[in-house]
Amino acid sequence: MTANGWFQILFFLALIFLVTKPMGVFMTRVFNRERTFMDPVLRPIEKLLYRVTLVEENHEMRWTEYAISMLLFSLVSMVVLYLIERLQGFLPFNPQKLGAVAPAHLAFNTAASFTTNTNWQNYAGETTMSYFTQMAGLAYHNFTSAAVGIALAIALIRGIARRQMQTIGNFWVDMVRSTLWVLLPFCVVGALLLVATGVVQNLRPYDKVSLVEPMQVQKVGPDDKAVIGPDGKPVMDTVTEQTIAQGPVASQEIIKEWGTNGGGFFNANSAHPFENPTPLSNLIELFSIFAVSAGLTYTLGRMTGSQAHGWAVWSAMAILFLAGVNAVYWAESRGNPLLAGIDQQVSTLQSGGNMEGKETRFGIANTALWATVTTDASCGAINGWHDSFTPLGGMVPLVNIMLSEVVFGGVGAGLYGILIYVVLAVFIAGLMVGRTPEYLGKKIEAYDVKMAMLVALVFPLVILTLAAISSVEAFGTSSILNPGPHGLTEIIYAFTSQAGNNGSAFGGLTGNTPWYNISGGVTMLIGRFLMIIPMLAIAGNLAQKKYVPPSLGTFPVTTPLFTALLIGVILIVGALTFFPALSLGPILEHLLMGIGKTF
Amino acid sequence: MRKNLIISVLMTIATTVLLGIIYPLVVTGLSQVLFPHKANGQLIEANGKVIGSRIIGQAFSSPGYFHSRPSAAGNGYDATASNGSQWGPTNQKLVHRVKGDVAAAQAENPSVPIPIDLVTASASGLDPEISPAAAAFQLPRVAKARGISEEQLRQLVAKHTDNRQLRFLGEPRVNVLELNLDLDEEFPGTKRAMNQSQSQ
Repeated sequence: MTANGWFQILFFLALIFLVTKPMGVFMTRVFNRERTFMDPVLRPIEKLLYRVTLVEENHEMRWTEYAISMLLFSLVSMVVLYLIERLQGFLPFNPQKLGAVAPAHLAFNTAASFTTNTNWQNYAGETTMSYFTQMAGLAYHNFTSAAVGIALAIALIRGIARRQMQTIGNFWVDMVRSTLWVLLPFCVVGALLLVATGVVQNLRPYDKVSLVEPMQVQKVGPDDKAVIGPDGKPVMDTVTEQTIAQGPVASQEIIKEWGTNGGGFFNANSAHPFENPTPLSNLIELFSIFAVSAGLTYTLGRMTGSQAHGWAVWSAMAILFLAGVNAVYWAESRGNPLLAGIDQQVSTLQSGGNMEGKETRFGIANTALWATVTTDASCGAINGWHDSFTPLGGMVPLVNIMLSEVVFGGVGAGLYGILIYVVLAVFIAGLMVGRTPEYLGKKIEAYDVKMAMLVALVFPLVILTLAAISSVEAFGTSSILNPGPHGLTEIIYAFTSQAGNNGSAFGGLTGNTPWYNISGGVTMLIGRFLMIIPMLAIAGNLAQKKYVPPSLGTFPVTTPLFTALLIGVILIVGALTFFPALSLGPILEHLLMGIGKTF
Repeated sequence: MRKNLIISVLMTIATTVLLGIIYPLVVTGLSQVLFPHKANGQLIEANGKVIGSRIIGQAFSSPGYFHSRPSAAGNGYDATASNGSQWGPTNQKLVHRVKGDVAAAQAENPSVPIPIDLVTASASGLDPEISPAAAAFQLPRVAKARGISEEQLRQLVAKHTDNRQLRFLGEPRVNVLELNLDLDEEFPGTKRAMNQSQSQ
């Protein structure tokens, strides 16, 4: 670890601190339907959208109608994505003449993945998806799944803030306003900034270039094995050309981060020089991952009239963020003890450390920072491969997702995720003093806690059950790339990432099989909608309740004590559920690596 | 329910047109006008043909060129198959590959330990850069193969070394393709000599 590395990390956190209030105030105005400076441009587009889609913008919905609208929109748009994938051969913007996304279970997995804001990818973008599918299918869902997430968080905040009301807002209006105000303008500006740093944005066919020095490669036969000549040596081929994949990358790159989606245009995601060419583009992208979610904590404080509560939640997030980034940075800086005789020391000439699966321009500090941010949020974009991290370095992203990605978190999803923990925290505090718990003037009763526990239980149940099946059956274990305990980690990571709607992977696992495509697709749908529905039920239930003024017995949710309790609940509920699984995977691998064992 | 289903269909169509078609095409148009070189991948041309992208790495193997990092993209630096090795830290294949690369590289510069980035595969498999340490490690070999002084070469490497952006962001690094192209430009005679010695 170096002073410069820590300076970069703290500089990033300072930017997030600075954007929290302006973003939070802006979003409060957007969702209270007050005037903003963007209205002259956006309001006419909004009205036009409502006219063509028959939305009555002053209609208020109960939580059930809100949930049904959200489910119907997700279902319809998911089916459309599936059809686009399957029919892309007949659609425009396909200069590489790529055929249908096949097999069907891959197209299903991808449709579920992008609809649920997961962006788990069992395909390589540059050889699978046409420009049309990327733009109108995948990047489109990057917008809408993020807009849905923000809408839901706002609905929950309204549930907390409203008193004795039956309704929590209008789903269509919240979704459209998220898209037009919170996502689109920032993405237009951000995409152009990224192009200025070198992210590509074009519709041209892939470029063929003549290599400066021709390259000798082993000839590969039709069976994917090296061809051996009569002399017993592998036959070599001379490669004189490089084909460079292109595409409308920047427009997708920015919403991929701004909407915490994470699905790379290319297979290598934000490690690819065309997605993330410089340290500055890296900072812009990192900032985009946290900006909206950080702002939402301020919106929470503002809309519920308790700004200090918003900051108490923000502080819990910042502490967990720093703990995570510290652990990854430390573990990756130490390097790999199995690689002897190599200079892994940090110096002014190199970042040193474990550089397998990392890019030179990012080094250890920025890769560690990215791995933490992308899993604190439910983003899942990567700029270095988690599968090649050291055991403890790779465990941190996994644990972050296991904690339900509530450290700033996915746009919207992070906020409603942490509010589930807040409900549990005030419930536990209430139990300790023997009073009915209250939260911002609302009594938290059996129904609310049951719904919160439903969320807290479904998540590990899905992950552990499916990971257990996959680690004993051949259809699961045959996909493993790295043997030993690392292979188990690959499987656990896959289901954790999909249930948590994260989308990052231990990429060695071959995901494009019937088992992983189908079980993964179902896991993502459960992880998204079985979290949202109980959460909306809590919102609807809270909105109906009477306001109870705080008394001496009320546990305040604005103090450092509350922040500490919240962190405690997150760690206990999240991490202890998964400790046995972690001890068989990354912890065991770490111990074995220490005594020089390889697999 | 039925009304919301109709809205769902209409909303999907309307937002697809706006977000899936108009938005990316507008961004493409603006990018092509404002930053055409960058938006098209910073392609480098020489003698009328395209010989690479400034920010996509290429493999080099002869001693007179600086070598890039190992690549797991396809057969190596395949820019339609970006990927890392995905090998975990305790995978024997990783340890074995690194050992082989170290042995080969150590032969040219036996007394100095090899910088880690030179024997580890990058995340994209297309990393255009190496660390300054990795450039310094290869410098004596390149100078010898080209028959030029190390001091001359050190200046050229320094010219292609990017410091931290805004003086604190990222890591210092050396662009391999640009450095090698400049080598051929600055010392064209030595390239011919190098090729002859290779073909003999």
